[in-house]
Amino acid sequence: METALIKYLCRFIKNKNTKTDNLILFRYSFTEWPDVKESSIEATFLQKSSRHRLMLSSLTQSAVLCVSVSSSHLLRLYERFESLDRENRGHLRKEDFQAVRELSMNPVGDRIIGSFFSPGQETVDFPSFVQVLAHFRHTENDRIRDGAQKEPANSTARRLKFVFQLYDQDRDGKISRAELLQVLREMLGMQVTEEQLQSIAERAIQEANQEANQDKDDAISFDEFRKSMEKVNIDHKMSIRFLE
Amino acid sequence: MPSRTGAGSGRSLPEFGLLLLVIFVLLEGSLLPLGAASSTSKSCEEAKQGHTEVHNFTKKAFPVLGVDYGHIKNPFEISLWVLLACLMKLGFHLIPRLSSIVPESCLLIVVGLLVGGLIKLAREEVPPVLDSKFFFLYLLPPIILDAGYFLPIRPFMENLGTILMFAVIGTLWNAFFIGGLLYGICQISNSDLTAIGILPCLLFGSIISAVDPVAVLAVFEEIHINELLHILVFGESLLNDAVTVVLYHLFEEFSVDGSVTVLDGILGVISFLVVALGGVLFGAMYGFLAALTSRFTSHTRVIEPLFAFLYSYMAYLSAEVFHLSGIMALIACGAVMRPYIEANISHKSHTTIKYFLKMLSSVSETLIFIFLGVATVDGRHSWNWIFVTMSVVLCLVARVIGVVGLTFIINKFRIVKLTTKDQFIIAYGGLRGAIAFSLGFLLKEDHFHMRDMFLTAIITVIFFTVFVQGMTIKPLVELLAVKKKQEAKRSINEEIHTQFLDHLLTGIEDICGHYGHHHWKDKLNRFNKKYVKKFLIVSERSKEPQLIAFYHKMEMKQAIQLVESGGGSKLPSAVPSTVSMQNIQPKNPPATTKPAERVLPQLSKGREEEIRKILRSNLQRTRQRLHSYNRHTLVADPYEDGFSDLILKKQRMMAIDKKIKEMTNYLTVPAAAPDSPTMVRARLASGRNTDFIPAQQQKGNKKPSDPQSYNMKPVSGGVPTIQVDLASPQSPDSVRLLDELGEADGKEQEKDQGLTMKLPGGSSRPNKPGETENTREQQKLTRCLSDPGPSADEDEDEPFLP
Repeated sequence: METALIKYLCRFIKNKNTKTDNLILFRYSFTEWPDVKESSIEATFLQKSSRHRLMLSSLTQSAVLCVSVSSSHLLRLYERFESLDRENRGHLRKEDFQAVRELSMNPVGDRIIGSFFSPGQETVDFPSFVQVLAHFRHTENDRIRDGAQKEPANSTARRLKFVFQLYDQDRDGKISRAELLQVLREMLGMQVTEEQLQSIAERAIQEANQEANQDKDDAISFDEFRKSMEKVNIDHKMSIRFLE
Repeated sequence: MPSRTGAGSGRSLPEFGLLLLVIFVLLEGSLLPLGAASSTSKSCEEAKQGHTEVHNFTKKAFPVLGVDYGHIKNPFEISLWVLLACLMKLGFHLIPRLSSIVPESCLLIVVGLLVGGLIKLAREEVPPVLDSKFFFLYLLPPIILDAGYFLPIRPFMENLGTILMFAVIGTLWNAFFIGGLLYGICQISNSDLTAIGILPCLLFGSIISAVDPVAVLAVFEEIHINELLHILVFGESLLNDAVTVVLYHLFEEFSVDGSVTVLDGILGVISFLVVALGGVLFGAMYGFLAALTSRFTSHTRVIEPLFAFLYSYMAYLSAEVFHLSGIMALIACGAVMRPYIEANISHKSHTTIKYFLKMLSSVSETLIFIFLGVATVDGRHSWNWIFVTMSVVLCLVARVIGVVGLTFIINKFRIVKLTTKDQFIIAYGGLRGAIAFSLGFLLKEDHFHMRDMFLTAIITVIFFTVFVQGMTIKPLVELLAVKKKQEAKRSINEEIHTQFLDHLLTGIEDICGHYGHHHWKDKLNRFNKKYVKKFLIVSERSKEPQLIAFYHKMEMKQAIQLVESGGGSKLPSAVPSTVSMQNIQPKNPPATTKPAERVLPQLSKGREEEIRKILRSNLQRTRQRLHSYNRHTLVADPYEDGFSDLILKKQRMMAIDKKIKEMTNYLTVPAAAPDSPTMVRARLASGRNTDFIPAQQQKGNKKPSDPQSYNMKPVSGGVPTIQVDLASPQSPDSVRLLDELGEADGKEQEKDQGLTMKLPGGSSRPNKPGETENTREQQKLTRCLSDPGPSADEDEDEPFLP
């Protein structure tokens, strides 16, 4: 197994004071890439450092055993993570993301950055980083998964939810008119009059309401959102080859 | 003569319409042109004779009536062919049963065969209709331009890798596989064929291997396959042109020379790159030129559409001059110029381009298939069982192996894998067509003694693919339950979300540090927005974001649908109408990028202008009549945004309707004498209400769908109103008024406002402060401006009922 990843693992365990749930989270984020051979990270890991083995095995053995990694992709992501994390803190802050030049030009860049941070948190560590990106990983539909596992992050529903939450900044379960307007304003920039934005937003909301035959509230609910996205092949659209 | 009609009825099914058409065409054909047309020498002689006769006549007296067919021969014949093609197309669609089973292309070939047969029966010489020059210079370009102009860019670019793979590698594979194996078969078979060298075989392979865009379009348009498969097969058929051109020239050259070196091979590869990229370059260049030109055509709207055609045709010809791929040039030109041209030219011009292109390409297509039939009858055939059957079999085998093999490789790189079904359809959809025939036709007899056999084989392959595959592909698609094309209706939500996703994915790619598809697309978009658009698009529209443009398009479509469905009278009740009506409103602001406050005075100015015009139209009718005709300019059309005539009428009715309401409103004030002055003032102040009530009333009996039954008299309710019949609808004045209204500059705003006011929800949408202000502003203006109004109306006092 790639040494960089191992290094990270070690540091992760050290820094985090390795609580069980962290490890499970870690494992979880790795299982988002399960289609690769169960690479024996554990074995390599054990060889590298017996001290850590002790630590690990004293936690949840099964957790470690379950870690299955898509080695090359994860490694690439980890390299990217490190290069973003210029001060080597082991976690990323908002500023680190903003330093990506293209991202700062992206009209919805701030939202994207925001999606990496769970509410109230200032930093994002590698597992959560991976977890967010897992939404964009392409899958074959017919993979067999054991039933006990959670729905994968790149299932259609979770992807939709992810996008929906990018709109729904206050997380009240619906895209209010103000939120929609906000998005439109970000995307269209200064080129449009407020009136136009208003009428587009109005139109969009009405349309969504109509399409879903729902109540005529002044917002788009998740159901309505899903309906209007039905024709968009989201599984296709939200896949980045890099994350395969 | 009787034999012809007999053949006609034998062919046509009991359906009367088609029979009639066919007989008509044949009659006409037999009477004059077809006979004369086909026998060049004979008819010329006849014409000469006629001429001399006439000449002799002139000595005696001035010829009152002379016949000179030779004079008009060519254009007349061409027109006749086109007419035949169009009538045939028309005829097929009168028989729904037939056209649902047999693809049009097959039927047209049959017609061509019959027409060719008839000409032969009449012992005339069949005109060389599918002459290669004629085909490549005139028949093919319209179809390709149509394809390029309406190319769905997004799916095309997303699948470009796959398409190129099929187009380049696939075609190469086909050419060499077919050519090589045919050579082998020729060698081991009887003595006739052993004389054929390897190079002519490869040449034949390269001719026969390319999938034909015309045939593919004709068949695929009827089966409504899903977008991915359509673009894969169609894109392949377009892009393989470069390969075909190079292979063809290469092998043609070498078969004459007789030797190939490695250097030639390398040069061939380079030549391929030059041909393909050069074609694209030429196309893009002309495309940009076209876009740039269209920036300055706002004063000569009449010739605007022509530029699009001229530039693309010149791109095609320029590419052909250098033996570059003309097809690629046309595709590139069409695809490049479209977004800019669409933004620059008027909506009407755009409609013209659209329809003209569709018309041209469909006529070309029809002609091509008919000519294919005629040429089949005409050609000298040398039928060689082995060669012909082997060609057909090898074509199929090569295609299947090629597709399956390539898909296997491609699928490793694709996110959306191609399923077995997809592969089958791609393989099965590889139809050959007239391009192959024309290329074969181009071969020179003296270099290729086996030309006739080649042509026969080519025609057989074409017929096999078009008839057998073309006819069975539809049932097969149904049988395999291949995904069909989805309803292309896009909603505004979808558009918003799609754009959002684009941004999102670009962002994610940036975070991953991965420069993929989205990244480059975003870069290109930025560049386009920043520099190209400014340069190519008329200033104020260059900043219009895509979403807004889309929004307007959609609004327009919906408004048209609404009005067309006679929804005029239902306007107030239906919810969708509410939506669309209020949404016509923002049509103007996009052009003006100023903030909202500054838009307001503009609106009122437009209004002012319009009201003046109404008044003027009634006051000074005579003067208005003068400047109506100009040969070189279209009448300044206010509804530039191109509603159909019907809609125009309706919109105008609405506009007038509203205007009248306003007048009524104005007149209401003095008429409401019983009210105390304070009441009057109050009403004045709250202009909205007074205006609104008559509006509501009028909606009830308004039938904008029929201009004649248009009733302007509001049902007087509680509010005392005076009915002003500005112009009785039956009088010519009403027409004038319509025109006049139409010409008002600010009409758009006017109309919108009018519609806005009719909204039942008008009062229930208080969250639009700008709008309310607008209305009030306008009303104030209306009042001051319409001051001369009463006097104007009193001039024609009949309708003025106290």
